[in-house]
Amino acid sequence: MAERAEPVAPPRAGWPLLPVLRRMAAMPLKDPFAFTGLLIYVLFALVALFADQLAPVDPLEILFTKTGKLAANVPPSADFPLGTTNLGRDIYAQLVHGTRSALAVGLSAAVIVATVGTIVGLVAGYFGSTTDAVLMRISDMALSLPFLPFVIVLTGFLGASTSNIVLAVALLLWPNSARVIRSQVLTLRERAYVEAARVTGASAWRILFVHIAPNILPLSFVYAAIAIGWAIITEASVSFLGFGDSASVSWGMMLQDAFASQALSRGQYAWFVPPGICIVLIVVAGFFISRGYEEVFMPRLRGR
Amino acid sequence: MAALVELRDVVKHFPVTRTLGEIARGAHPAVHALDGVTFDVGDGDAVAIVGESGCGKTTLGRLMLKLVEPTGGAITFAGAPMAGLAGERLRDFRRQVQLVFQNPFDALNPRFTIYRAVVEPLINAGIDRAEHADRVASAFRRVHLADFDRYFDRYPHQLSGGQLQRVVMARALVLGPRFLVADEPVSMLDVSVRAGILALLREVRETMGLTAVYISHDLALVRYLCERTLVMYLGRIVEDAPTEEIVRRPRHPYTQALVAAVPVPDPDQSRQPLPIKGNVPDAREPPSGCSFRDRCPHAMARCAAETPALRAVAGGHHVACHLE
Repeated sequence: MAERAEPVAPPRAGWPLLPVLRRMAAMPLKDPFAFTGLLIYVLFALVALFADQLAPVDPLEILFTKTGKLAANVPPSADFPLGTTNLGRDIYAQLVHGTRSALAVGLSAAVIVATVGTIVGLVAGYFGSTTDAVLMRISDMALSLPFLPFVIVLTGFLGASTSNIVLAVALLLWPNSARVIRSQVLTLRERAYVEAARVTGASAWRILFVHIAPNILPLSFVYAAIAIGWAIITEASVSFLGFGDSASVSWGMMLQDAFASQALSRGQYAWFVPPGICIVLIVVAGFFISRGYEEVFMPRLRGR
Repeated sequence: MAALVELRDVVKHFPVTRTLGEIARGAHPAVHALDGVTFDVGDGDAVAIVGESGCGKTTLGRLMLKLVEPTGGAITFAGAPMAGLAGERLRDFRRQVQLVFQNPFDALNPRFTIYRAVVEPLINAGIDRAEHADRVASAFRRVHLADFDRYFDRYPHQLSGGQLQRVVMARALVLGPRFLVADEPVSMLDVSVRAGILALLREVRETMGLTAVYISHDLALVRYLCERTLVMYLGRIVEDAPTEEIVRRPRHPYTQALVAAVPVPDPDQSRQPLPIKGNVPDAREPPSGCSFRDRCPHAMARCAAETPALRAVAGGHHVACHLE
């Protein structure tokens, strides 16, 4: 056979994860739900970043009126956009600064849940046998724990800090993603292209992280987005129940404060409605984004 | 010619999930995929393995590539026992053997570009990066994919079945293998592109001096590609002969039935299909003696008592049947 001397295109052999990541980054532009979700995240991220500029008042500082009286239960005004609490703290400042703790809790829990779930799912699904049995029995145990009581007990033992709430959420949520990713790996490892990689001598780890992982990465992101919502709801619940970190400002703590001081009976809607809406928005945004990633997960759903 | 691959009494059993009763009895039920298979593949030969679904032909192909390990018996490649291959010698073996798949849509990772898929064997074999582009290009030229560099950045779902099978072939050839196993290489393709892929398989075997094993259920394909054919039934070789002999003078009743089942493109010629009954028996409990006896029109008492061995009946023609 004659080998024609043709110019040969330069090699393009990057890690196959990169195109997947690129497509995932471009995805929200096409899907209206994902776009909305991303927009909400970006807004909250900006608020968290510029919280000090947006609300220069310390959210825990006890404020006084010009006449020297305690500024308690002041209705919304130019000085206090959402009014003040019964102890004279600025509600607007609390709402703005609460964004920081919400995002910190949500994102750190999401990173831990997605990382642990993905690695456990990959390893259990690919190696099977004893490895799989041990990892899945551990996940069964984690799944059988009641959610909120476990978080309360754990923060009770380790101290009521935000990082312990994140730890508790991560300990409870990783098995969901691990199980789904494992089942996906079980089907992927039987595919002919995995066998093709084995024929050419790819090692087990290479098959796992180069050939299989790019196919389940969008699924990890779905679970990360869901974990953001769960973590924020959990932090709010724990704070509302009074087991949260009393030194930090969070939306759940605001709700608890409002509830304990009977804000509803005094008609201080500006105290508890905004944090409630914020919680709903950020949780819904996570679900919107995960919805959009389903399409990335199944390339054939994409329009050609 | 010297044998490249030698199989001696190879047995492969796949354990199946045990019921509580079987655990209590201490039974170990298993699917008998291969039950004592012995043959050689000569260096440079093209050998076909034919048989119906579930007869163990795919398992046999996987064993010859060390993708599964045999339960019993021995396989050697170029004189070296395959069971002992490890480390550098295993990597060396991996550079010499390749597999072409039945379904090209499944054989390529949907997340890999075409270039990435074909360069992957070079990466695994530790070939110097500077050589990658040239070697990929020369593999694509071998499989006659026109304007191949147009496809480098595309994904498998953007190509047709025939194009994909050429990509799969390019991936198989990029390392310059010595031994190729093709598992039903055209059965999933449109009839219109089959002939092209078959011609390509034949061409690369001749130009590259490959030793090849084709796994198929299609005698017409086998006749085109291979000088020698092994007929398998339920984990055993029942007939081993030059392909023309198999087609013209089949000896084993099962082979006779297979040949009779091939459609003849001549409306005036009528060939009576042989009256074989029933289905393949359960491979978990193969019948005693000859595994074909419960479907064979010539079955006798001896067939249940004694497993027929593969015996030479004519020059290069071996049959495992008590009738011979």
